[in-house]
Amino acid sequence: MKGFGGPTQAPGWVTHGLVPLINLGLALLIAGIIIAAIGENPFEALRLLVLGAVGYPEAIGYTLYYTTNFVFTGLAVAIAFHCGLFNIGGEGQAYLGGLGAGLIGLYLGHWPAFVAIPLAIACAMAFGAFWAFIPGWLQAKRGSHIVITTIMFNFLAAALMTYLLVEIFIKPGQQAAESRTFETGVWLPFVHDVFAAFGANIGRSSLNLSIVVAAACLVAFWFFVWRTRWGYEIRAVGHNESAAVYGGISPARSIMLAMAISGGLAGLVGVNEIIGVHHRLLLEFTAGYGFVGIAVALMGRNHPVGIVLAALLFGVLYQGGSELAFDMPNVTRDMVVVLQGLVILFSGALEHMFRGRIERLFARRARAVAA
Amino acid sequence: MTGEEHRGAAAERGPSGGPSVPALEVAGIQKWFGSVHANDDVSVAVAPGTIHGIIGENGAGKSTLMSIVYGYYQADGGEIRVGGEAVTIKGPEDAIGHGIGMVHQHFMLVDTFTVLENVVLGVEKGYLLRSTLAEARRELERLEREYGLDVDPDAIVGSLPVGLQQRVEILKALYRGADILILDEPTGVLTPQEVDDLFRILRALRDQGRTIVLITHKLREIMALTDRVTVMRAGRVVDHVATAETDRAELAAMMVGRSVLLRVDKDEAAPGAALLQVDNLAVRDRGGVLRVHDVSFAVHAGEIVGIAGVAGNGQSELLEALAGTLGRERGSIAIGGAPAPAGGRAEAARTMRRRGLGHVPEDRQRMGLVTAFDASESGILGYHREQRYNPRMLMSRGAVTDAVGSTMEDFDVRPPLPHLRTANFSGGNQQKIVVGREMGRSPDVLLVGQPTRGVDIGAIEFIHRKLVAMRDAGKAILLVSVELDEIMSLSDRILVMFDGAIVGEVAQADADERTLGLMMAGERADGAGAAGA
Repeated sequence: MKGFGGPTQAPGWVTHGLVPLINLGLALLIAGIIIAAIGENPFEALRLLVLGAVGYPEAIGYTLYYTTNFVFTGLAVAIAFHCGLFNIGGEGQAYLGGLGAGLIGLYLGHWPAFVAIPLAIACAMAFGAFWAFIPGWLQAKRGSHIVITTIMFNFLAAALMTYLLVEIFIKPGQQAAESRTFETGVWLPFVHDVFAAFGANIGRSSLNLSIVVAAACLVAFWFFVWRTRWGYEIRAVGHNESAAVYGGISPARSIMLAMAISGGLAGLVGVNEIIGVHHRLLLEFTAGYGFVGIAVALMGRNHPVGIVLAALLFGVLYQGGSELAFDMPNVTRDMVVVLQGLVILFSGALEHMFRGRIERLFARRARAVAA
Repeated sequence: MTGEEHRGAAAERGPSGGPSVPALEVAGIQKWFGSVHANDDVSVAVAPGTIHGIIGENGAGKSTLMSIVYGYYQADGGEIRVGGEAVTIKGPEDAIGHGIGMVHQHFMLVDTFTVLENVVLGVEKGYLLRSTLAEARRELERLEREYGLDVDPDAIVGSLPVGLQQRVEILKALYRGADILILDEPTGVLTPQEVDDLFRILRALRDQGRTIVLITHKLREIMALTDRVTVMRAGRVVDHVATAETDRAELAAMMVGRSVLLRVDKDEAAPGAALLQVDNLAVRDRGGVLRVHDVSFAVHAGEIVGIAGVAGNGQSELLEALAGTLGRERGSIAIGGAPAPAGGRAEAARTMRRRGLGHVPEDRQRMGLVTAFDASESGILGYHREQRYNPRMLMSRGAVTDAVGSTMEDFDVRPPLPHLRTANFSGGNQQKIVVGREMGRSPDVLLVGQPTRGVDIGAIEFIHRKLVAMRDAGKAILLVSVELDEIMSLSDRILVMFDGAIVGEVAQADADERTLGLMMAGERADGAGAAGA
C-alpha cells in the first residue's frame, strides 16, 4: 500500500507485517519476564490471555466489541495524522459523541427505530465533530497548537458531562450520576440478538451493530483519503503545506475538515457505548479508548487495513487481559495495563528502533536475488 | 596538529614530483540502492596538494561516492585508501580521524551559536568550554591568517551571509585537522562575488598542500579551479583528464554521452499584446520585510522576459506575488487584461491558475511537489479539482493516471511510471514533472523560477527547448534564474533586479555577462567601466 511511511526498498510484507510482529513479540517478551518475576508462569498467562480473548463465543464477542471502539478512535487519529495534526482529544470527542447519542435516546427514544437510531448516530458524529472542530478552527485561524487545545478539550468534556449528569440528566431519586434508561426503540441491536432472530445461537456479549458502522467507516475512510479530492487536499496539507498553498489548497479549510471528520469518528464510540451497550447516559464510559486510538493509528500506519489489525490486537489485549486478571490472582488489573503499555511502547514509541535495520537487511537480500 | 608532517611532505612531492602516493584513493567502489546501481566499479585517485573535480549529471553517483568516503554510506564493495593505506570508514568520525573533512551543500551549522561555538561543536575538550574556546580562537586566527578565511569568530552564524557560513564550514573541517577537504556543490547558494572568494580560499588551501575534492555539475567551476577532473556518468567513471588538456565542450559531451548545445537555438521574438501587466507592485515577504519596491513591467505574447539578479534581491517574492501565493502590499497585476484580485494565499493562487497562469516554482521540493505523493498525484497538484479528474464524487484514478502518464511521456520523465513515489525520481525528472504539469495546460502566462536548478544537462536542454516552443506558440513567459547563462541564452529581454527594484532592461543582443554583472551589483548600466568582473 502506498501513501504512508518513508521511502523504502524493502518488500511490503516486511514493512507492514514483519516489523510490527517483531515489535509485538518484543513487548510480549518483556511482559513475560515481568510476569515471571512476580512468580507466575508467563506461558500460562499468555494461554489464558489468548483463551480469554478468543477461546469461546462470548469472549470473541467482547473482543470485537472493544475492537469496534478502537477502530473508531484509530481512524479518528489517522485522519488527523494525514493532515499533519496530532489529535489527542479523541477521549473528549467520544464523550461528546455519547452525549449526542444520549440526547436522542432520552428525548426521541420513542420514535421508530429506523428513524431514531440513524438520528442518534448522526447526532453522535455531529457532537464529536463539533468538539474537534473548535480546536481545528483555533489551529487554522489562530495558530493555537492542536495538541494543547485537544487535550484541554478532554478536560472540558469531562467537566461538562459531570455537570450535565449530576445536575440535569440524573434519574430522580438515585445516587449514581446516570440518566434513566432509554426506550428500547433507540437501542442498537446486539449481534447475538440479530443472530437469534435468524435462529442462530451465539454467546451473549456487548457486541452490537456498531461493528457494522465501524466496517463501513473503514471502507469510507479509504475512499475518502485516497479517492476524493478532499482527501487529496488533506494529505497535501499534511505532507507539504507550502506545496498545498501553491496548489490553491487552503490549509485552514483542510485542517478544519480533517478535525471535524476526526471528531465525528471518535464520536461514534458514543454510539457503541451509549445506544449499543449501556442504553443510558453515564460517566466515564470512554475508558481511555481515545488514547489507545493513538497507538492503534501508529501501529496501523494510518491505513484502514493496519488499523483494523491493530484494533483487533488491542481488542484481544483488553478482553483477554481482564480474563487474565480474573484467572491469575497475582496478575492484577494494573499488570494488564502494563502489558498494554508495553505494546504501545514498542509498536508506537519505539517503532523505528528496528525498522531501519530490518528493512535494510531485506532490501539487500532482495537485491542479491535480483542480481 | 598531527597531520602537519605528512601534509608538508605531500606538498614537497607535489603534483609535478613524479608518481606520488595519492592522498585519497577509491578503488572499485560498488554501491547499490535497491535495484539502482549508484556506483559501479568506481576508482579515483586524488594526488596530494591538488584540486580534483568530480563532475557528472545529477544522479551520476558523485555525491554517493563522496558520502561513502565520508562514512555516511558503506560501500558494497571496493576499497578506500588514505595516503596509500586501506582504511575502513564506518562513519564521519572515522573520516575525520583520517583527516577527511566535508563541506555539505546544506550547511550543518547551529544558527544561534557563534562562529567559534560552531567550530568547536562536537570536539570540545573537557567539561568547561572556556579553555576550548580560547584555544580554538587562537587556532582560528591562525587559519584565517594563513588562508584569508576572514570571519568574525564572535558573530552569530545565523546573521552571516551564506558565503561566510560556508567559510565557517570550511573552518570547522580545518579545525578538525582535515588534510583532504570534500566540497559538495559548494557554489549553488553563492553570489558570483562569493564564488570568487571561495575559489581564492580553495586555491590558497591547495597551495599550502591540502587536497581538495570538488563535486559539481558546473563546467565553469571545473575549468576555473581544478587540476584534474573525473567525469562520471550513470554510476561509472567515464574518464580522468587533466583540466588543462580539455575544454567545456569535451567535458559536457563526456557527461551526457553526446554533444549538447550550450546555446539555445531560437528565432527572433515576435511580441504581441501584453499578457502580463504589472504596475507599481510592492511585496512583503512572510517575515514582513518589504522585498519588492514598486516594480512595473509587462510580458507580451511571444516573448521570454528574463529577470536577472543575485539571489535574494526580491525575485522570489516577485514571482510568488505574481503566482498569488504571497499577498501584495500595493500595485496591480493583470493577466490578459483582467486585473487579479489581491490577498488570500491559496485562493489567489487558485484564481491566478484559472485565469491562465502557469507557475514553475523556484523550489520544486518545497513548493512544486509533494514528494510523499505518487507522481500521478504530484502531477495534478493545483489542477486536482478539475472536472475531468472528478467525474463524480470520487476522483477518477484512471483519468489522473492517464493524463499524468501521457504528460510524463511528452516530457521524457524517466522512468515514466505514474505510480512511483515522487521522492524516488531524480531532481531533473522531478522538475520535468512540474514543468510538464504547468506547461501541459498551455497557459497564456508562464512563470518559471530556476527551471534548471539541480537539473542535469540533458534535462536543461530539453526544458529550454520546451520554453522556446511555448514562446513561439504565442505565450508570455517570465523567467527568473540566478544562472546568468540561462537568462542570457533564453530571454528576449532581460530585466535586472537589485534590492527589490528593477534597475535596468537590456535586450538579448546587447547583453553580456559584464554589463549584467555590474547591474546585478547595483550599478546602473552607465556605470560600466568601474570594477571588473
